[in-house]
Amino acid sequence: MPIDYYLNIAASGLLTGLVYGLAALGLSVIFGVVRVVNFAHGEMMVAGMYGAVLLGGWIGLDPLLSAPIMAVLLFACGWLLQRGLVNKFVERPEHMQFILLLGIATILVNAMLMLFGPDARNVQVPYSFDTVEIGSMLLDAVRLRAGAAAIVVAAALFAFFRFSRTGKAIRACADNPLGARVVGLNIDGLYALTFGIGAAVVGVAGALMTLLVDARPQLAPEYTLLSFIIVIVGGLGSLPGALLGGVLIGMSEALAGFLLTPSLKSLFSYGVLIVVLLLRPQGLLGKRS
Amino acid sequence: MSGFSGMPFFGLTGRGMVLLVLAALGLAVAPFVADRYLVSVLTTVLWFAYVGQAWNVMMGFSGLLSLGHALYVGLGAYVSAALFVHFGIGPWAGMVLAMLVAVAAGCIIGFLGFRFGVKGVHFALLTIAFAEVARIGFDHITWVGGSGGFFLPVEAGASDPLNLRGSPMLFYYVALALVVAALLLSRALLHSRLGYQWLAVREEPDAAEASGVDLFRARMTAVAVSSALTALGGVFQAFYFNNLFPEQVFSMGRSIEIILPAIVGGIGTLIGPILGAFILTPLGEVLTFLIEAGGLDLPGLKQLFYGAALVAIVVFRPEGVWPWLARRLRLVRQPGDFRQPGEGA
Repeated sequence: MPIDYYLNIAASGLLTGLVYGLAALGLSVIFGVVRVVNFAHGEMMVAGMYGAVLLGGWIGLDPLLSAPIMAVLLFACGWLLQRGLVNKFVERPEHMQFILLLGIATILVNAMLMLFGPDARNVQVPYSFDTVEIGSMLLDAVRLRAGAAAIVVAAALFAFFRFSRTGKAIRACADNPLGARVVGLNIDGLYALTFGIGAAVVGVAGALMTLLVDARPQLAPEYTLLSFIIVIVGGLGSLPGALLGGVLIGMSEALAGFLLTPSLKSLFSYGVLIVVLLLRPQGLLGKRS
Repeated sequence: MSGFSGMPFFGLTGRGMVLLVLAALGLAVAPFVADRYLVSVLTTVLWFAYVGQAWNVMMGFSGLLSLGHALYVGLGAYVSAALFVHFGIGPWAGMVLAMLVAVAAGCIIGFLGFRFGVKGVHFALLTIAFAEVARIGFDHITWVGGSGGFFLPVEAGASDPLNLRGSPMLFYYVALALVVAALLLSRALLHSRLGYQWLAVREEPDAAEASGVDLFRARMTAVAVSSALTALGGVFQAFYFNNLFPEQVFSMGRSIEIILPAIVGGIGTLIGPILGAFILTPLGEVLTFLIEAGGLDLPGLKQLFYGAALVAIVVFRPEGVWPWLARRLRLVRQPGDFRQPGEGA
């Protein structure tokens, strides 16, 4: 049945898209609050991937269990980065921020190239080749787990921003930095916290991604651009938008890779990006500023 | 703009002029005294200085951040190479079409971006998106070799300046001519009505519009000039290296290499992109040499250092090296003229 075929591919794309969406969520959180575009986002994601690969190689840890460890590590890195460098650039012109993070991205990706080499590395899990039958669809076990984990982390993030005091304070910062400062919020501290959270989220996304894709340094700029595309498609600063964008891009990639040729799949994503930028520059779920 | 007008030599002091003349003389005679290796390094320096100048027209003069200039390099390179290989049309004629194609691409991006109000970060992403689309697209155009690369015929010892075939010295002087021409053109533009409009649009778009500047037209002309100049850099690249691969020519990394000279030297300044190229390329060569001499064969070490240099410059010399150097060594009369785009009046 050809229709089952398409459904199967769309469902796989959706699950991959959830991990993409999680990565983009990190970018969206940082941009929405700190107003800095993290040009080193894909590099952080690949750092998360290598972390999971190393932990998997050393102690045979499942990437799903490496994910929280990578979250803690990348939180620390993001926090330090914001405190040490990015905070000085918050008020600077956009192109300066771009260049700073571009420099950081270049350092990160080449450090990984030097440490791990250009070859692809992966994690062995016992369920690598398992499939799960859902109705008439056959889905990879790795994909299902990665997608489910992405949903859990995203839900935790939503809950944090919705219900916790710190989360509310961060949202206040995003809505009105001056007002937030007036009521006594520690803006610089919250910015560092936010950058840390964004980095942690993308670190988790990276760890989950090792279930689906082999880690290579060259993936980093691709994932940076992919996260940008997703965030813009979904709407900069909109958290549900980032997830929706991720799912859309994941599904369109999967279908384009199947219908056309795999090498053309990212062309499709860029096409979606250009159309959205032109017709709805604020993104699908974004608010007009 | 009292700082520029009436000063034939870019507002340079006597000391600055002496240095400029010495540098020009040095570059003019360099191929006769330097060895092959040095000439090839200098040619690369001049190429990056030139495309840096071309990018500077958009970002430096008009405040439009393009992170996809590899698109114009690639279009210029592929159009001129295809004309030469498939139709036997030489680069001096082919560059006209190459520039037209690049300008058309620039105008499409500009039109879409400016008409739909795509600004700042979003505009930069739009430029990246188009460059990436071109990269992936050219991977699949078999007429120009696809991802396997497109090669220009090379004859050893050929000397045919009419088809831009010849010795490294020929290419060196062509590159030098491009840089000098771009410098004079940039200067003429900055002093023209259009140039003042660009600066006004860069500093305060709203105020510029209120005083009668057509924002759309000013920005479109900036994109057109910048893309046309950049395409010439592409023509040069095609005939100098004789091979084109979409993964290199249109890559994001190439776009970044193009913007670095102006950023390091000083965005929006005339000398900045040239100085920046003279810092970056030799720095890269020295690094390569040191890495090889140290026996460290680590791929990525050089780029790592580049990234660190980028961070150091943007942290410590955010306005670029040239404005700072010019002030410290008293090479210019009015240091107040060096303002960064986006910092307001």
